[in-house]
Parts: sequence; C-alpha cells; structure tokens
Amino acid sequence: MMNAMSTDPLSAPTTPGLRLPARPEAPPRTGLGLSMRLEFAESLRSRWFHFYSVVVVGLMLLLITTGISESRVLGFTGLSRLLVTYIQIMMAVLPLFIVVTTARSMVGDREAGNLEYMLAFPVSLRVWYWGRFLARLGLVLAPIALSLALAAGYGMVRGHSVPWTHIALYSGLTAALTACFLGIGFLISALSRSTEVALGASLLVWLALVALLDLLLLSVLIQGQFIPEFVIGIALANPLQSFRTASMILFDPQLILLGPASYVILDHFGVTGYVVWAMIYPTVLGLVFAALGYWRFSRGDLV
Amino acid sequence: MITIDRLTKRFDRRAVLDELTLSIDAGDRIALIGSNGAGKTTLFRCLLGHYGHQGTISFDGSAGRRREASALARVAFVPQLPPPLRMPVGELLAFAERGAGADAALMREIAGRMGIDLDEVKSRPFYRLSGGQKQKILVTVALGRAVDLMIFDEPAANLDPAARAVFIDLLAERKEASMLIASHRLEEVAPLVNRVIELDRGRVVLDDEVVDRLRAGEFRMATITLAQPHEPFAAALAGWGFATDPAGLRFTGPVPAAETFRFLGLLARYGSLIDSLALDQDVMERV
Repeated sequence: MMNAMSTDPLSAPTTPGLRLPARPEAPPRTGLGLSMRLEFAESLRSRWFHFYSVVVVGLMLLLITTGISESRVLGFTGLSRLLVTYIQIMMAVLPLFIVVTTARSMVGDREAGNLEYMLAFPVSLRVWYWGRFLARLGLVLAPIALSLALAAGYGMVRGHSVPWTHIALYSGLTAALTACFLGIGFLISALSRSTEVALGASLLVWLALVALLDLLLLSVLIQGQFIPEFVIGIALANPLQSFRTASMILFDPQLILLGPASYVILDHFGVTGYVVWAMIYPTVLGLVFAALGYWRFSRGDLV
Repeated sequence: MITIDRLTKRFDRRAVLDELTLSIDAGDRIALIGSNGAGKTTLFRCLLGHYGHQGTISFDGSAGRRREASALARVAFVPQLPPPLRMPVGELLAFAERGAGADAALMREIAGRMGIDLDEVKSRPFYRLSGGQKQKILVTVALGRAVDLMIFDEPAANLDPAARAVFIDLLAERKEASMLIASHRLEEVAPLVNRVIELDRGRVVLDDEVVDRLRAGEFRMATITLAQPHEPFAAALAGWGFATDPAGLRFTGPVPAAETFRFLGLLARYGSLIDSLALDQDVMERV
C-alpha cells in the first residue's frame, strides 16, 4: 500500500521526514570479491550454465553407465579409457560452449542496458572485467571437476586403479583450454557492437580452429603447398591441437595414434615439455586475448 | 563541484554534445530539459564515464581519469529505462549496500514510502517486476546512498501519479545533495529545482536560476470562488489547510511558494468549477 501521507500528487505538502543516509568513512568501492560473486550468482541463474553443467556431468555419467571403462580399445582400459573418451569429447564441447556464451555476455549486457546501470556504481573497470573473467573460469571448470571426481569415485568403487596423476594433468589441460577460450570470448565481446556479430565471430573462430586440426593440416602437407615447419607451427599454435595432442600423449607417450607428426613433437619437446607447453601456452594466449579485450573495452564507449 | 569544459561527443561525426560548458555547484538542483536528441542522456553518460569524449569533466577542480571509482562513489544514477537485471531485488540491494555504501535501513524506509514491501519482492528477479516497481527500486537504491550528486534520467516516467508525488517529496527532503534531473515534465520537477538548463543539439541554450519567490519556507495567499459547492474539491483544499465559508463556495488559505506548481495542478483538475482565482503576488511569511 502506498503511504497514506502521499496518495495524491496534488495533495497537501508533506512534512520532511527522511533522514540522511549514513556516510561511510571511506569512499565505497566494489571489490574483486563482490564483482566475482555477482558474476557467479548471475551465471548460476542462467540457462547456459544449467545446460552446460548437464552436458558436462551428463556425458560422464553416460560414459560410466554405458560401461566404457570395461571396454578395451587400442590398449586403453579401465578409467584411462573412460578419461580418454571423455576428454576427447570435451575438446569438442568445451571451447564452443565457452566462446559462444562468453562472447554474448558483455555485449548482451550492453545492449540490454545492464552495463549502463551497473557501471554507474563505484566499481573500477579493471575489477569488474577481471572479476567476471575469474568467476567464469571457476564456473566453467566446476562441472568438469565434478565429472572427474565422479569418475575417480566410480573407479575406486569398481576397484580400478585411479590414475591420479593423469586426472590432475587433465584438469590442468582443461583449465588452460578454458582460460584460452574465455580470453577469446572476452575479446570478441569487447570488440562486437551487437550480439549477432559476437555470436557470428565466435562461431567463426571456433570453426577456424577446428578446421586447422590435423586432418586439414595433413591434407595441406600432402598437397605440398607449404613447408612442413609452417604447417607444424600452425598446429602448435592452435590451442585445440595442443590440448588434443597433450591429452593423447599422457596415455600414449609414443604418440602412435598421431602418426608421423609425432616425431616433430617428441624430438622438439619430449613428453613432459609438450605437456608443459600445452598448459602454459593456451593460458598465456587466453590472458593476452583477455587483456586485449580489456584494453579495447576500457578505451571505447562502454554503453 | 563539477566543471564541464567544452565537452564534445560525436557519433559518426555528428556532434551530440557540441563544446558544452557548464558548472554544477554544491546544492544545485537542476532540471535538464530539451527535446529528444538534445543530448541529455549523452551528457549523463559522459558524466558517469560511460562515453569517451573530448573536453574535460572535473570533480572539485580535478579532471582525473575517465570513470574514476572515487568519483562514482559520489554519484547516484537512475536511468530512463530500468535494466532487465536477472538478479533478485534483494541481491541488488545487497550489492548497493556492500559495493556502493547504500544504507540498508534507509532503503527499507524509502521503499516503504514508495509503496514497495522489500520483504515481499526481495526474492523476485528484478526484471520480473512491473515497470513502476523497477523504477521505485532504482530510486530506492539511489536515495539510499550518501552521494553529492544524483542523476535522474526521466525518473518518474514509469511511476503512477501517487508514486510520482512521493518521489518528488523524497527528492525534496534530500537537501544536501545536488541533483541533475532530466524531465519532459518541467512542471513536475519545478518545485524541486533552483536552476533550469535547456539543451538543444548538444549546447546549452538556457541556464536560468529559478526565482527566489518560489523558495521553500515562503507562502502565497490564495482565494478561490466556486460556481457551486463541490465536496471533493472542498476536501482536497482542506488538506492544504484552506478555510471555507459556510456556503462552501469561497476558499482561502496559504500555499507554500515551493508548492505553487503542484497547487496549480490541483486546481487544473477542477478548472471547470472555478469562478475566480486570486493568488496573492506578495510573498508572505507564515505566522
């Protein structure tokens, strides 16, 4: 009910009675923790996160219930077989999910007017931007961590040996891939002026990286139009390829599955060196893209 | 407090703000008027640091970097269109409290006066509220903060008449803060403001101090005669403290100078009943 004192705009003047707000001792400011918490809460409410979580955890449950850990393919069995399959599927699902949902997020907020309102609060752009980045990183990784924990729990119950080292390394590779595509998504979002453009650009980037996986590279090699070093350079620069190769190398140290290209990798990096490369390179790449996005975002019109 | 010097903002080479120069002093309550596209919203966005621009905007003589958090801590803003935030109302209020220093108890009091029960709406997503409810929440957040400048972009556009009146009352009670209010209804905000600025194509074409005769604490004597008795009209004027003759045709009473526009608005509603109207020109002190 409206306050009886002011039910009519043309009613008699009211008596002043509103006390003044307490003035904080220090100027109020939104910190990184609050910015992250806001993004956490916002994402936990969003459909993309629900759908993503169901897909990521659901896939693991599907692999477990279909008994894939009991099968033996190319020498892999038990949890190793389960993890190899899961991580290969993740390579297809994860980047697409991340880049599409992230690229749309900021530009969508800008179009809707959310940015205009939220950025009128005393929050520094740096805190707001990187808070979102870190919160999303945690959110994307949480369902994967849950899936890997489910797999480990299942393995222990079934009496399989649990490859803890591999699980830890897979987690690291996944985190690196996530950071990379989050960075790409943030950059696209900062550059795009509309949701449609952001969506189109993110799909284009994803398609280009998928197209540059080794099947296409092999065909380019066969045609002999480029020198092999150039083609291998592209493969090493493709974060999808580095993730794929590194996930393979953990269970197939000779990279038999990869064929002749494995010699280049093993000769130049070695197993440990390549795994380290596959963790550091995509992370750095993602952070560079995100930083470029921040640079562009902070210098242009925010709304 | 704020000095704007040759502020220019262009979109595709078209200047929406064209070397706009203006100063806002502490205690200024400014009605910003102008037709659509005059540059009002663009000016707000430049002040809030949302837009890059040419020219300078200085807070207390210091033209810092664009969008300084310390400067934004001194400014509260209510946009023309409420954003479709998905967060529950309670979360928005908690954010305003923790991140912008809003006073929780005061926000509850303000919301209550605006007709919003925060306990009832706190778990509801903000975007699911009606347009008027959203606007009331945004006003609640703005008024709950201890700031030096309040920026309102058509703040009463979504409010019903009753809520508009409460809103105007609430603003009138916040005497310590400067205000910049964009409104198409000058008559509505006129009692609040001491300065009117009109923008046209990105330039200030009018910057006028409101005459002192309308300042708060002074009164005018009004005398109204009706053609025939009218009970609702008599009741409305009784609320303003008017005396009535036994026939119920002649009303006399004081009108606070600062409420003159609102009083005339009331009379407009009963215009067809009024035979004569006198509003004493001389400012009188209330005994």
